[in-house]
Amino acid sequence: MEAFINQYGALLLNATWETIYMTVVSTLFSYILGVPLGVALSITKKGGIASSPTFNYVTGWIVNILRSVPFVILMVFIVPFTRLIAGTSIGPNAANIPLIIAATPFVARIVEQSIEEVDYGLIEAAKCMGASNFQIITKVMLVESKPSLIRGLSISSITILSYTAITGIIGAGGLGNIAITYGYQRYIESMRYSTVILLIILVVLIQWLCNIWAFKADKRNRN
Amino acid sequence: MIKIENLSKQFNGKNGTVTALDNINVEMHDGDIFGIIGMSGAGKSTLLRCITLLERPDSGSIYIDGNDILKLNKQELRKARRKMGVVFQHYNLLMQETVAKNVAFPMEIAGMEKNQIKERVNELLTLVKIGDKADFYPAQLSGGQRQRVAIARALATNPEALLCDEPTSALDVLTTKQVLNLLKEINKSLNTTIIIITHEMSAVKAVCNKVAVINDGRFVEMGLTKDVFANPSHDVTKMLLGIGEM
Repeated sequence: MEAFINQYGALLLNATWETIYMTVVSTLFSYILGVPLGVALSITKKGGIASSPTFNYVTGWIVNILRSVPFVILMVFIVPFTRLIAGTSIGPNAANIPLIIAATPFVARIVEQSIEEVDYGLIEAAKCMGASNFQIITKVMLVESKPSLIRGLSISSITILSYTAITGIIGAGGLGNIAITYGYQRYIESMRYSTVILLIILVVLIQWLCNIWAFKADKRNRN
Repeated sequence: MIKIENLSKQFNGKNGTVTALDNINVEMHDGDIFGIIGMSGAGKSTLLRCITLLERPDSGSIYIDGNDILKLNKQELRKARRKMGVVFQHYNLLMQETVAKNVAFPMEIAGMEKNQIKERVNELLTLVKIGDKADFYPAQLSGGQRQRVAIARALATNPEALLCDEPTSALDVLTTKQVLNLLKEINKSLNTTIIIITHEMSAVKAVCNKVAVINDGRFVEMGLTKDVFANPSHDVTKMLLGIGEM
């Protein structure tokens, strides 16, 4: 055990940090893009506050297409674009580009679902008070769906975490990279196990934090 | 004063066209507590949704203080809506915000100053007798208390009229009485016109000075509550009073 830690400890620690880094950065950016997109998908539906069936249809299709391309293929497919933006196609920063592109439509759908859960009576009440659509979005929809959005965040970030492991294939770094180079190519059994265990710990941790946060944020709980 | 002229609304459904409102005419004067009563499906909700413009009527006019709100553009309509407070059966409060924040909501939307809002919130919560609940969340309140918050919120922008959609239908007998009394007090002290849409005869009897009976999208009877109830002429009115036959 001690020999293992001496030999691979630093490597695993560094890879764990890279995984966390990629997960956090791409989750952050996919939410910056995905929240407005998700809200737009929801409010432009028929009967929504900014009903626009054409916009909804077109945007919905783009989201569906992006979501139906398997991540491995998307990642390889956009390498030239990644190079253009990040200046390189390897390393955690380069990996963030395909991660964000793949995660944004996913996040948009998760956000859309949370927004849809908001009681329509509340939106009508706000309308009766003379609220603009922007005010309805910022003061009613996003406020009322907060606990649901946080629960959605746990789903999105764990999905993104699993995507980061795939980026290991193109040398993005992180635990996925270690699992492939050490666990598979050099066939070191202990490295296969340790990367999996570290990933499990990360997933459990994200889920646990989001659960606590969502519970604390939800004022429907009588606390 | 609220004046409704020749208001009609039809819905096109799978089974053809349904006339929800058929040529509604009514005048409600300042200080009135006006009851609109009818059975389920009579057109009560549609009428409320038309007056609040959540639904656009097919024809007719709705005058609030002499201005036809159906002729306003979006911007003007948003302003006009502040002259009308709406109280809903299921309260429609923001569950993730405190009582104070809920009451502040219409004022924030109107762009009032923070200090002013704070002062007004305290004033309103005292008026509806839940001054000690400012920092509570709706989930921590009883139904009656939630409806008080909703009434305070509806009064926030000093509306000319308070439009109440089945305001007591989700409440028990005692709480109903308290909420109705509160509406009566508000009507007296602020001279706010109050419109109560309901299926509960007892609510109308308790507080309304005028009443209109709606059936099949039409007002079948209208007048002073005491007259209408003493001398009901339409079968529906009799039925609602419990003296008619089905």
